[in-house]
Amino acid sequence: MREFSYDVVTIGGGPAGMAAALAAREAGAARVLIIERDRELGGILQQCIHNGFGLRRFEEELTGPGYAHRYIDMVRASDIDVWLDTTVLAAEPDGVITSVSPHAGMTIVKAKSVVYAMGCRERTRGAIRTPGSRPAGVFTAGAAQRMVNMEGYLPGKEVVIVGSGDIGLIMARRMTFEGAKVKAVFEIMPYSNGLTRNIVQCLEDFGIPLYLGHSVTAIHGKDRVTGVTVAQVNDRLEVIDGTAFDIACDCVLLSVGLIPENELGRAAGLALDPITGGALADQFRQTATPGFFAAGNVLHVHDLVDWVSEEAAIAGRSAARHAQGELPLSGSQRSVAVGEGLRTVVPQRLSAFEQGKMSVRFYFRAAKPMGASLLQFWADGVLAFERKLRVVKPSEMIVADIPVRKIGDAATLEFRVLPAPEKIEADDEIEEEA
Amino acid sequence: MMARVVHAIQCIGCPIGCGGEVIVENGSVSEMTGFTCNKGLAYAAEEVVSPKRMVTTTVRVSGGSLGLLPVVSASPVPKERIFDCLRLLRGMSVAAPIAEGTIVVSDALGLGVDFRAARDISSVQ
Ligand SMILES: Cc1cc2nc3c(=O)[nH]c(=O)nc-3n(C[C@H](O)[C@H](O)[C@H](O)COP(=O)(O)OP(=O)(O)OC[C@H]3O[C@@H](n4cnc5c(N)ncnc54)[C@H](O)[C@@H]3O)c2cc1C
Ligand code: SF4
Repeated sequence: MREFSYDVVTIGGGPAGMAAALAAREAGAARVLIIERDRELGGILQQCIHNGFGLRRFEEELTGPGYAHRYIDMVRASDIDVWLDTTVLAAEPDGVITSVSPHAGMTIVKAKSVVYAMGCRERTRGAIRTPGSRPAGVFTAGAAQRMVNMEGYLPGKEVVIVGSGDIGLIMARRMTFEGAKVKAVFEIMPYSNGLTRNIVQCLEDFGIPLYLGHSVTAIHGKDRVTGVTVAQVNDRLEVIDGTAFDIACDCVLLSVGLIPENELGRAAGLALDPITGGALADQFRQTATPGFFAAGNVLHVHDLVDWVSEEAAIAGRSAARHAQGELPLSGSQRSVAVGEGLRTVVPQRLSAFEQGKMSVRFYFRAAKPMGASLLQFWADGVLAFERKLRVVKPSEMIVADIPVRKIGDAATLEFRVLPAPEKIEADDEIEEEA
Repeated sequence: MMARVVHAIQCIGCPIGCGGEVIVENGSVSEMTGFTCNKGLAYAAEEVVSPKRMVTTTVRVSGGSLGLLPVVSASPVPKERIFDCLRLLRGMSVAAPIAEGTIVVSDALGLGVDFRAARDISSVQ
């Protein structure tokens, strides 16, 4: 078996892996490697042919492949090594990575720092317990996206979409463009999990109905899907008697959420956050396993790739500094909690601050949709920082930079989101660090 | 006398998703509320007279490492012509290699909109 050694290795070559590798190289890591199991770099972006990527990062509306291309060009122009068609089988806590590929067989890499960048996968039917038999014609929306956009194969002609996540909405339009009839989108929650712009330009533009507060209670068909039964649910998500109806279809697409792809971490005993499904990480995106960092959808599910690239740059830079022995020791870590109105926060831990650091950027998911709101930061039970938000949606990540001087050396750190007393015209600007 | 019409418009200009109203009097926009940037104002004013959308789809590729090339309109297409553009593109095939940004169709259907390749595709020997 061949053996190699590198300063920084990213597992995954999507936007997170590429941005982390580039930042690591820039921060002085001499030998950087990207390991990607697909035949090309770019990750999930290569199948997301719609536009809407990169408004923040490149101030331009790009398609998924277009955004990926910008990073692929930067990687090609660097001396970062890239192994394609190579799957990582294990990454041990001592930095020994085992991978396999059809051309090189099994390979061992010894890494000083590792960046997890494996992205996420879609929840499947099992995860949502839709009853009924298992006929053909039921796909996740992302699998259908790959079929239509990369393999040129239409998974069905009469389509029902379960769940109103963005991938499902995007696929409603895409299937319509390819000549399929999308009959309806059913969402069990009383609000959509997709971006408003996608509801407008993917459903309303084509007269596709969106049923909120509706659950698919059965999928019919023996060999192939022939239809679904749908019913209204109450506020405890229980089916309301007498509301059931049937819709005929030959294809069901599931868009019921994404979960970080953490098999490798789990196998190596990585400490995970039960709510995000990703690792517990500090502001350097270092996990609880020293020398292991995480960024992108493997850490927490993002809706904007721009934030993925930004977070991955933090992880890559920190990984390089760790490899050079320059990352400050974490010291005694403080945990960051979420209270009222919020579901998740990343980072969940704060290590000792870097010298000269002015602020720490936090990412949140709200627990439920709200109108004008205040994001509050409480340090040792005292309100230390507040930011106005015009609207709050669970589908859209909240981002806030908290000044280091406001965090100070408080022992308990908590974030909350509360309804604002008055109407808010515009969000407070995120304070960027120079 | 022409009527005063209030249109509720949801901006799709960016993921923030502002909602607002456009008031049209005697056939022209007299008032707009709810849009928080110039891009949104321009979108809303156009949406009530001649709605347009960016179009992304795929075109068949011959001799390439991939069988499909993603393409994107260089500017928005009038909404009622989207399916005409899709039909035009569905009937086409391009030969690899292709570089990102290559114009696949120029001035599609005389609409003044080009369609461009959204990625590179290398050829297979
Ligand atoms: C369908 C869909 C639509 C989206 N639409 C938008 C949009 O309109 N606008 C926007 O801004 N964002 C959008 N996003 C979000 C954005 O694209 C993602 O957040 C981003 O691609 C995540 O990047 P990543 O690098 O974390 O993961 P990915 O892009 O998933 O990359 C992970 C990579 O790791 C590789 N990998 C995994 N396991 C292994 C292993 N064991 N060994 C080797 N390699 C491995 C995978 O092959 C993959 O290439 C969308 C996401 C999805 C899924
Ligand atoms: S008005 Fe401006 S900020 Fe609001 S959704 Fe439209 S483009 Fe975005």
